[in-house]
Amino acid sequence: MVNQVEAAVRTPRRRPGLRKYRRFGGSLFSVVTTLFLLVLLTFVIGRLMPVDPVIAVVGPDADRATYLKVRQELGLDLPVLQQFWIFFKNLLHGDFGSTLLTGRPVMDDIARVLPATVELATVTIILGAGIGIPLGVYAAVNRGRFADHAVRLIALLGHSTPIFWIGMVGLMLFYAKLGWVGGSGRVDLFYEDIVPNVTGFLLIDALLAGDMDVFWSAVSHIILPASVLAYASIAYISRITRSFMLEQLSQEYVTTARAKGVPRRGVIWRHAFKNIRVQLVTVVALSYGGMLEGAVLIETVFGWPGFGQYLTNALVIGDMNVVVACTLIIGCVFIALNVISDLLYKIFDPRIQ
Amino acid sequence: MSTDSKGLTAWLTTEEPSSASHAAFQNVWHVWTRLASNPLGIAGLIIILLLVFIAIFVPWLAPYSPFEQNLRETLVAPNSQHLLGTDELGRDILSRILWGSRITLSIVAIVSVIVAPIGLIVGCLAGYYGGWLDTVLMRITELFLSFPSLILALAFVAALGPSLNNAIIAIALTQWPPIARLARAESLSLRNRDHISAVRLMGASNLRIVLSHIAPLCVPSVIVRITLNMAGIILTAAGLGFLGLGAQPPSPEWGAMVSTGRRFMLDSWWVGTMPGLSILTVSLAFNLVGDALRDALDPRQE
Repeated sequence: MVNQVEAAVRTPRRRPGLRKYRRFGGSLFSVVTTLFLLVLLTFVIGRLMPVDPVIAVVGPDADRATYLKVRQELGLDLPVLQQFWIFFKNLLHGDFGSTLLTGRPVMDDIARVLPATVELATVTIILGAGIGIPLGVYAAVNRGRFADHAVRLIALLGHSTPIFWIGMVGLMLFYAKLGWVGGSGRVDLFYEDIVPNVTGFLLIDALLAGDMDVFWSAVSHIILPASVLAYASIAYISRITRSFMLEQLSQEYVTTARAKGVPRRGVIWRHAFKNIRVQLVTVVALSYGGMLEGAVLIETVFGWPGFGQYLTNALVIGDMNVVVACTLIIGCVFIALNVISDLLYKIFDPRIQ
Repeated sequence: MSTDSKGLTAWLTTEEPSSASHAAFQNVWHVWTRLASNPLGIAGLIIILLLVFIAIFVPWLAPYSPFEQNLRETLVAPNSQHLLGTDELGRDILSRILWGSRITLSIVAIVSVIVAPIGLIVGCLAGYYGGWLDTVLMRITELFLSFPSLILALAFVAALGPSLNNAIIAIALTQWPPIARLARAESLSLRNRDHISAVRLMGASNLRIVLSHIAPLCVPSVIVRITLNMAGIILTAAGLGFLGLGAQPPSPEWGAMVSTGRRFMLDSWWVGTMPGLSILTVSLAFNLVGDALRDALDPRQE
């Protein structure tokens, strides 16, 4: 994660005499080549399989004729380059192949499970940024004091905790022992499929239907996985915020503002914080993407029927079409987030013109 | 003894190092003194040393065998016989955790040994030669960097088949890019230095310059970077184990043990909690050391 931010937050290179259009064309070219390499990489991953995919379909006892027929149907008798070309062409048409298990198109499945994960990630990022940013600012302002060390320890613990484990401990404590939150799934069993599926986001759907029972049940189910995921992003966001703030607070304009008598709160929030907003947007955007990684582990623990669980199930049964499609989508999400945060930089930072 | 150590301290702190290795020792000593003044870093270091000690001497330390089943004593809560209780097959959890330290340490060690040279070579070549080689190598590096490391590792393990060795390969594949980028940045700043020009004037080939004059200078920062990544390696390995894609049962891998514990978490909390605590402790220790090391090496704090 830190590397991605280092990449996104890097200081702009100064190349005198460069036209805006050329730069735009250059970054477009680099995005396109990265996307192409991504497709190539996932194709290679899909072909690495030591298990013969034909045998996975027809079983080990099939006779030679059936074997060859299925092999031909799967397109595995073609030269590798041609296989890649077909894979690539299908991708351009939005065709990710179908799952080995049910034969449904992978894309349909993903569209079905994605809202659950997006809902979880959104609640998480609100918690993560809402707590992480103030913590980081607080630590920077109190640099070297007790509060700073405390925040640092919280962050280090967050970086070191296996997320699947803390999720499990949370379930044991807050669900099984104390009964404060809901157990697995998005909502209590007897509330399932009551509200009409409008947006796919259960919290919003319940509000639209005006069914507060379902809404509160959904809240009690989402709060624990979201908090567990948020802890990791709080750790990350607070540390980055702290270092951004420290950089600003050591600048001369802060000293000037203090010298002319601007109140402390004003210096911190109106002067220093204002200058790190753009950088923070980048960080928050990237940790939003990082949720996908956490989701893979946490959704298994909480029985959350989202993208992560879908991918995990495919991994367990070795359904490579699904694995390849999911990997590709996650890669695309990250590339898109990088492009968006680059754009935000260019729009909001007046120094990059 | 006291005069000896005084002589050593003087040798380590003298203003005029007599040779290059003397200066290197002084440098290490300087970093060490600053590291030693950080209590959290020292705490982390002690935990890691303890882990290494346990991993080496575990046959004598573990009270039971990690594989021996005792079906009459399954899921026993922690007591004086089994300090951390037993799992669903009656195996002693403490013994399994102690043996698991070997798996964790070997994953970290092997991944580091694979990753460091690859990242170093790729980065130094890209940084020194520049041009199209740089563009190609860095584009590949950025592609790998644009993934969350766990997802990429998952995809690789799924393709290669789940096993400890494949998990190690997969983690290594996700860990070399940051090293490569770091080495590239270092070589970029090194390649126009005077001593490199001098070697070039003496007729050294490009390959020789990269291998024996640039790469060695990048090694210290690469080591620091790897130390910082070790906690991440441990967590990724544990995550793979938890999903059943790392070490396979009955091997006492901590992540896989947590996964087993999840099945019994409502009645027998200790089965999953204890191995998770050891993952937390060890990765926290590596994070503390990495953090202290970064502070000690950060020249801005002078």
